[in-house]
Amino acid sequence: MAPEAVLETVGLGVRYGETRVIEDISLTIPKRRVVAFIGPSGCGKSTLLRCFNRMNDLVPTARVTGQVLFRGRDLYAPGVEPADVRRAIGMVFQKPNPFPKSIFENIAFGLRINGFQDDIGDRVEASLRAAALWDEVNHRLDADALGLSAGQQQRLCIARALAVEPEVLLMDEPASALDPIATGRMEDLIGELRGDYTIVIVTHNMQQAARISDDTAFLYMGELVEYKETQRLFTNPEDERTEAYITGRRG
Amino acid sequence: MRKSEPGSASRHTRVGERLIGALLFASGALSIVATVGIVVVLLTESLGFFAEVSPVEFLAGTRWSPDLVPRSFGILPLVNGTFLVAAGAALIALPVGLATAIYLSEFASIRTKRTVKPALEILAGIPTVVYGYFAVILVTPVLRTLFPGVGVFNAASAAIVVGIMILPMVSSLSEDALSAVPGSLREAAYGVGATRFEVATRIVVPAGLPGIAASFILAISRAIAETIVVTLAAGATPGMTLDLLQSVQTMTAYIVQVSLGDAPSGSIEYRTLFAVGLLLFLITLALNLLSQRMTTRFRESFR
Repeated sequence: MAPEAVLETVGLGVRYGETRVIEDISLTIPKRRVVAFIGPSGCGKSTLLRCFNRMNDLVPTARVTGQVLFRGRDLYAPGVEPADVRRAIGMVFQKPNPFPKSIFENIAFGLRINGFQDDIGDRVEASLRAAALWDEVNHRLDADALGLSAGQQQRLCIARALAVEPEVLLMDEPASALDPIATGRMEDLIGELRGDYTIVIVTHNMQQAARISDDTAFLYMGELVEYKETQRLFTNPEDERTEAYITGRRG
Repeated sequence: MRKSEPGSASRHTRVGERLIGALLFASGALSIVATVGIVVVLLTESLGFFAEVSPVEFLAGTRWSPDLVPRSFGILPLVNGTFLVAAGAALIALPVGLATAIYLSEFASIRTKRTVKPALEILAGIPTVVYGYFAVILVTPVLRTLFPGVGVFNAASAAIVVGIMILPMVSSLSEDALSAVPGSLREAAYGVGATRFEVATRIVVPAGLPGIAASFILAISRAIAETIVVTLAAGATPGMTLDLLQSVQTMTAYIVQVSLGDAPSGSIEYRTLFAVGLLLFLITLALNLLSQRMTTRFRESFR
């Protein structure tokens, strides 16, 4: 039983200037699974995540080598538009970053630039419902998004990403700026999205990875150390570096 | 751990520090005292003027003839000349300056930005008399070739050159405003599939708008206060025209004219200097305050 791979990296490496951040990473992200990347700070997990939607392109000194295949197509091949990649592979960032616009416009922005013209209102509602935010904001869609709480802002960012109907959702420590209650809601939301989307989530919180993911990859100093089903990784790590990290002896 | 001993060295430092503090305070106080002094002189001399000419006539009158009989002290022609030149300058400097700022902030490579921005700031340091000269010997002849019948003095030449003069200010300050827009907003926009152009025009520019507006207002304020270019290029014909090809006189150019002339101290003509100066001061003060408020609000929204 080999699940269909949505994303696949082949010998992927990233340098920032002279600094190697990740090296020779080959892994596959199966369809409709939640995959967590864990590892100590600076291990390259966010950099790896940002290869999947070409976000590293925005760093002038970043150099990507190897391949990233999305449904078999190399995302870094000449002629591939980063904007198209990012529409299909959405992203939620570490800190909530809503636009300084109304709640409605935050979501409508992505719809409009991607050519959605009809029933924008319906799509905004559907995305807010999918991000479990509709009930809290439906009476004030015209309000400034910056007036929402941090947890609400982050769910708005998820709604914004979902609105353009991506296949994959990348999440870069989406709960790190949230309080425990908001974090809990965020995890519940990921649980609801599970099965509908392929989700790749970076987290520095191992318990969170254990709670929400199907598979977990442990990265250490730019290297992929171990990658398997979450439960097996946490109960039966093969590599001693993995074991040291998950038992708290290192990291 | 070493404790500082209450010895002579530390007492010496304390006296020294107090002295330095006093000197710094005095330096700060100097500029405030000078400003207050200027405002007081402007106000008292203007009061003498307004004892003879009613403020209504001054502010609403459309004929400015302080030296030729029948005398008339309606300042609107000078205000008109000032705003005509400033508007013409803004027409050039605001769009080009904003476009430059967007390019530098969102499109240029780091190396280009590092070269171009300091160059722009050097451009802002060219003495204005050089710009004035440039207007008279280059821009005016070109205009006269293109539009036969244009006089030696005309508003257009001054407007073009003042526009070029304030351009670096608009582009540099607007670029600061755009660069201050957090990178996380750009990432968010890129993240939903926006192109570089869409990120720049739909997210970064709207987010930086208060700062951009502040730079616009500051530049217009500078255009209004600009003196030497308009004196050299726009002429000395106070009038209510909106025709850029005509000669006009601005408030600043009028002040130069009277200051250079032989208006006897205490005469009504001499006092017009202060009334015109006061109005000019109030206009630029209002604009600068407005610009400052916008910048503050802008900073608050991105705490």
